[in-house]
Amino acid sequence: MNLIVSLLVLFITYTSSTIAESKDQYPLATIEQKQQFQQLLKQIRCVVCQNQDIADSNAGLAKDLRQQVYTFVKEGKEEKEILAYLSARYGEFILFEPRFAKSTWLLWVAPFVLLILGTVIIVRRSVK
Amino acid sequence: MKKKFEYKGPNMRKLISWRSLPLVVLVILAFILWRGLNSDPKLLPSALIDKPLPAFELPDLFSTDKILSRSDFIGKIALVNVWASWCDNCRREHPVLHEITNNSNIPIYGLNYKDQQSLARQQLQTFGNPYIAVAVDEKGTTAIQWGVYGTPETYLLDQQGIIRYRHVGPLTMDIWQQRLLPLVNQLKTEKT
Repeated sequence: MNLIVSLLVLFITYTSSTIAESKDQYPLATIEQKQQFQQLLKQIRCVVCQNQDIADSNAGLAKDLRQQVYTFVKEGKEEKEILAYLSARYGEFILFEPRFAKSTWLLWVAPFVLLILGTVIIVRRSVK
Repeated sequence: MKKKFEYKGPNMRKLISWRSLPLVVLVILAFILWRGLNSDPKLLPSALIDKPLPAFELPDLFSTDKILSRSDFIGKIALVNVWASWCDNCRREHPVLHEITNNSNIPIYGLNYKDQQSLARQQLQTFGNPYIAVAVDEKGTTAIQWGVYGTPETYLLDQQGIIRYRHVGPLTMDIWQQRLLPLVNQLKTEKT
């Protein structure tokens, strides 16, 4: 029982302190800005630890990019602009959700094309 | 004995019909995936290929009053190497940089990335300095403009300062000879 309680206390202390820490490091004036900042961080891939977003990653580059995004949000830049800034320098891969662009239209369209193709084939076979 | 050639293979008319589409798709997919087995998924292609090296203004590692800018790094076919004293792989590729400067007339410029200047200078004093000049990017903000994500990185610039190739990871003589040198020779024959 004591073990469970102490583990719980440890857990709560750890998680609450990291949440508090991230709030203090990137102070923003309005709630919209704070939300925008958090949402943006989740959309940007840490290219060093590639399955993490830059909110979670401990990599040096992630920290630098967080700082850059924070500066942009503080300046009032739009989400589109910030994501465009990053993908211009690091490529589309830095965004978790690839945008609909010349280089990615095939990625977006292919599943639908295959679906239609498959349906057509199935229909033709069953009609016969 | 003379045998008359009889075609015993598959019916060609049947093959070239839409029924073979799934097989064709499978073959194409298998080929793409097989190619993927040989490539490192963590490597990113540079987003700045065929774009100019971004402008910068950074202090010179060896005389910090002096400011180096983009124009100091361009004008000739050159390599720009991003490195740091804390980076083990950079130390590993150091002899290769020396060999390149000894065996070719390609200048190598350095970008010292998120490092302590004293440690960087010490590293070059201990292991030799292959660089024509080294710009100090202490905060790493210039490196972000270049899309640097893993030191060491080596950029190949043409005479106009356009990035033509980027290698991520330590440079080896193999990479130099098989990837960079052919590109260098090609650039030399291109009209400016």
